[in-house]
Order: sequence, then C-alpha cells, then structure tokens
Amino acid sequence: MHPAFSVIFLTTLIGVGQGLFLAIFTGQSYSAVELLPLEDSVQFYGTGAMIALLFLTAGLIASVFHLGHPERAWRAASRWRTSWLSREVIALPLVMALVLIFGLMHYFGWDTVLFTSKTGARLQLTLIVGTLGAIATFALFLCTGMIYAAIKFLQEWSSPLTVINYLLLGTMSGFTLATAFASYAAPDLTHFFGIWTTIITFAAFLSRSASLIRNARIKFKSSMQTALGIRHTQIQQKSMGFMGGSVNTRDFFHHKTRLFMRSIKWLFLVLVFPLPLFFLWVGMETGNGATLLTAFIIQYIGLLAERWLFFAQANHPQNLYYQTV
Amino acid sequence: MTQLALVIDLNVCVGCHACVTSCKEWNTSGPAGFMSDDNPYGPAPTGTFFNRVQTYEVGEFPNTETVHFPKSCLHCEDPPCVPVCPTGASYKREEDGIVLVDYDKCIGCRYCSWACPYGVREIDEHQKVMKKCTLCVDRIYDESLPEAERKPACVLSCPTSARMFGDVHDPQSAVSIAIREEGGYALMPEWGTKPSNHYLPRRKTRMHIHEDELIRADNPLKKEQREHAAPVEAPTLDDSTSW
Repeated sequence: MHPAFSVIFLTTLIGVGQGLFLAIFTGQSYSAVELLPLEDSVQFYGTGAMIALLFLTAGLIASVFHLGHPERAWRAASRWRTSWLSREVIALPLVMALVLIFGLMHYFGWDTVLFTSKTGARLQLTLIVGTLGAIATFALFLCTGMIYAAIKFLQEWSSPLTVINYLLLGTMSGFTLATAFASYAAPDLTHFFGIWTTIITFAAFLSRSASLIRNARIKFKSSMQTALGIRHTQIQQKSMGFMGGSVNTRDFFHHKTRLFMRSIKWLFLVLVFPLPLFFLWVGMETGNGATLLTAFIIQYIGLLAERWLFFAQANHPQNLYYQTV
Repeated sequence: MTQLALVIDLNVCVGCHACVTSCKEWNTSGPAGFMSDDNPYGPAPTGTFFNRVQTYEVGEFPNTETVHFPKSCLHCEDPPCVPVCPTGASYKREEDGIVLVDYDKCIGCRYCSWACPYGVREIDEHQKVMKKCTLCVDRIYDESLPEAERKPACVLSCPTSARMFGDVHDPQSAVSIAIREEGGYALMPEWGTKPSNHYLPRRKTRMHIHEDELIRADNPLKKEQREHAAPVEAPTLDDSTSW
C-alpha cells in the first residue's frame, strides 16, 4: 500500500493523545486508592488532559487531509453497524469530548468525593468521567486497529496483532510523554510513569516484532492463477492496459526499494524501542525533563517510520493485476 | 432475485480496448458527471476508467499464449467494499444486484478501494469521489432506447461479442447457460466475495487425426479383420480395384 501521510499522522497523533490520557488517568486511579500522592488538579491532571486533547485534535485535523470531501465527513458516523471506520469516526470525538470534560473538571475544580471507603479510598466524580474516557479510549484503539485488521485479504494486517500493536504502541508513546510531562508538572510521578513506560515499551516491542516475523513468512492466498483463473505456473503480465499510471498504481504501491524498506524497519526498531528507553533511563536517573522529552520526540519520529512501514508492507491483491506497464 | 452481471469470454476477446473506450465515452457523458482524463495526449495520461483490458502471457516461449483480460467491477454477491463504507455511499441494489456509489454521499476516504481485492474502484482525482462500473445503470433501463440497446456500452461495442450481459440468477438466461456449459468461473474465489461477473476460459479446438485417416488402408470398413501387414509403398488392393 502507499503510505498516506495524513493517515500516518492521524494514527500516531491520536495514539499519543490516547496514551497520555490513559497515563494521566492511571495516575489519578492510583492516587484514589492512595498508592500515589494526589497531584495538583490544574497543573497535572487538567493540563495533562489538555495536552492529550491537543494531540487528539491534531490527529483529527490530519485525518481531514485524507478525505476527498471533508465537508461531508459528518455522514461517516452513519454506518457504525458494519464499518469500523464509521465506528472510529464516532469513537474519536467521544474520546475528545470525555478528555475535554475530564480536563475541564480538573481545571476548574468541578469535583466532589462521591464516596469514601473505610480504608480511605476516595471515589471522585472525575474518576468516573475518567473511567468512561478510558473505556472510550480503548474502544478507539480497537476501532483504529480493526479498520486495518478487518480487511481479510490484506493479510499483513488481518491479524489480532494489528489491534494489539495499535493499542501498545499508542499507549507506549503516551506514557513516554507522560513521563516527560510528569518531570515538569509532578516530579514525584516521574519514576512511576517511567517504569510503566518501560514495561509497555517491552510489550510493544514483543508484539510489533511478532507481527514483523509473521509478515516475513506470510503465505499469500491470492496468486496470478487465482487472479486470472488460469491454471499455469508461468503467467506474466505484458500490459496493464494503460501507460501513464492510475490510482491503482499510485495508491497501492509504495514504489520504494527493498533496501529502503529494510532500512526503515531497522530505523524504527531502533528509534521506537531501545533509544527512547535509554533516554528514559538517563532522564529518570538525572530527573532532567529535556532528556525525557527527547526520548518522546525520538520515539514519535520512530513511530512515524513504524507506521510508514505498516502501510508499505501490506501487499494488496489488486497489485497482481498491475505488475507491468 | 435478479443479479445482473457480465460474462466475459477470454476465448474470444482480442484485446482491442473497444469496451474501455466505449465505457469511458458513455460514462463520461452521463448524468453523473465527467470521468477524469488528464494529459490524454501527453507523455503520462491518467484518469478514471471503469473498465481496463490487460494482457498476459501464459507459458514459456515457444509454448506461449496471449490472454487479453478485461476487468471491471465484478458486482460481487457479497461485496467486501459495501459494509466498510462509513457513509453508506457504497451500496448494493436489492432489485438487480448492481453495486453502486452515491457520488453525493461519498467522502472520498478510499477505504472501499482498499477493501476491494480486485482493484476495480478508482477515485476520481477531480471530483474526489470513488467511481466504479455501474453496469451502465443509466442505460439498461432507459426505455427511450430500442430494447436491443438496453445493454452496457461495453457489451454493445465488443466487436467479437466476447461480453455477455444478463441475469446470472436466472438459470435459463444466456449468461447462466454460458457459465454452466462453457466452464465459467469467478476471480479470486478464495476471498468468498462471490463475484457475479464470470469469465469463460480459453478453450482449445483440437482435431484428432489418426494415422489411418492419413494413409489409404485396405478394407477400411472392416478394421476388425486382420490384414497382412503390407509395406505402405506397395500397391494396395484399392489401387488395383478402383479402376
């Protein structure tokens, strides 16, 4: 497939936003049961949610560039019964709305303790909104992943690993940003987020590697024989019927060399996993926010490469019909 | 239930592209608006087509065969492009099984073209909506046309009659009989899309000539009788009796 930058930015940016929100919410949940100190509502929870919202909005803006008729995008919410894309179109604004409400409630202090248990655990109103936001966030990850995993003949994508990767890579990048953010806004949480980031990064490394290994040894169901219905081992295309290219040759091919593909693969494997972990470790040891922010930026650039490869690696069966001019 | 479709005879197609040009001519002049056609006379022409004819070589020289392969929307009975559409712009008509795109609802997200394994959906790069073969839906029901012309433009233009049009759910229709009796098949059956368009395979017409049909033999009507093996060059009984 041809990697479209609008979709690369959409999926990576909302991944960061979703992950950051999950991190902020995790922080608050821990403090609700007194495993962590409660942080300043405005400085940490409120601002954190707004940063998450910023990433989600940026992703939404990026997605608009993918559409031919963005003014009709509202129609895209109508087929949620069958289309994962439609479900995503509903889930994304829902997540944004809940993150906004969560952030505003913290920012303006619209919060009450609804219930206090005997052990001192407090159930706050923001925690309920946050729980709804977290559920919507997970639903959005599922929708994003399923958009790709649901196309059964794009065999590189048609796997549960696709959904798991979207979930883990998005959460990972959000937690990395949360660690950097915490070092500025709530330094006593830096280690908490740093350790979670490390765990999620390892998990994401395992699942993304698994999908790379799976894709490397994939057996394609379609062939020239099934595409044409001609039973012969030697079938060669002599003409695709036109000379100047078409949507079929532009949208479904990446037009890059194998060497380029392989370079991108190793580039992202280094930029997404070990390098940010190193910067994270240095940042956690020194408590330097700039180092932690560097970890996030490196990881985000790596994720752009990762997403590029995710698209480029997928072989669409229609390509069988477009082998030669 | 009716399922209109095309049946394309690969044994007859000569790869002249008449169906491609007549399709474009009819559909670019239709009520749905033009079909993009950029740099038609330049070095890199590009544009939207509903129908393409491709050419393949089967086998290795000298035992090769050229197959011309027209490809347009197959109007699948279980079209994977329809459920993925987020707006409902892509739909399959109940009454005749034609898969259509509502150009006024399409947001141009291209997801349906990803979801079509055959690559027959092409986004129009000027109108920014997804386009595909309509089976000339604006033509086949047009009662102002003579009945013989109520067929898709590609079918009418084919000089070798390699394209047939009809209801593949009616077992007595010409297309169903052709599929049944001439070995019609669907493309990429592995994905369960159940394409309605079918292709008729290449068929070889072979003459089987046996040796005794080439060489004059004695007593040809009583082959069961054993004859003395005589050298072919020697005069046969026929030679001596036929004068």
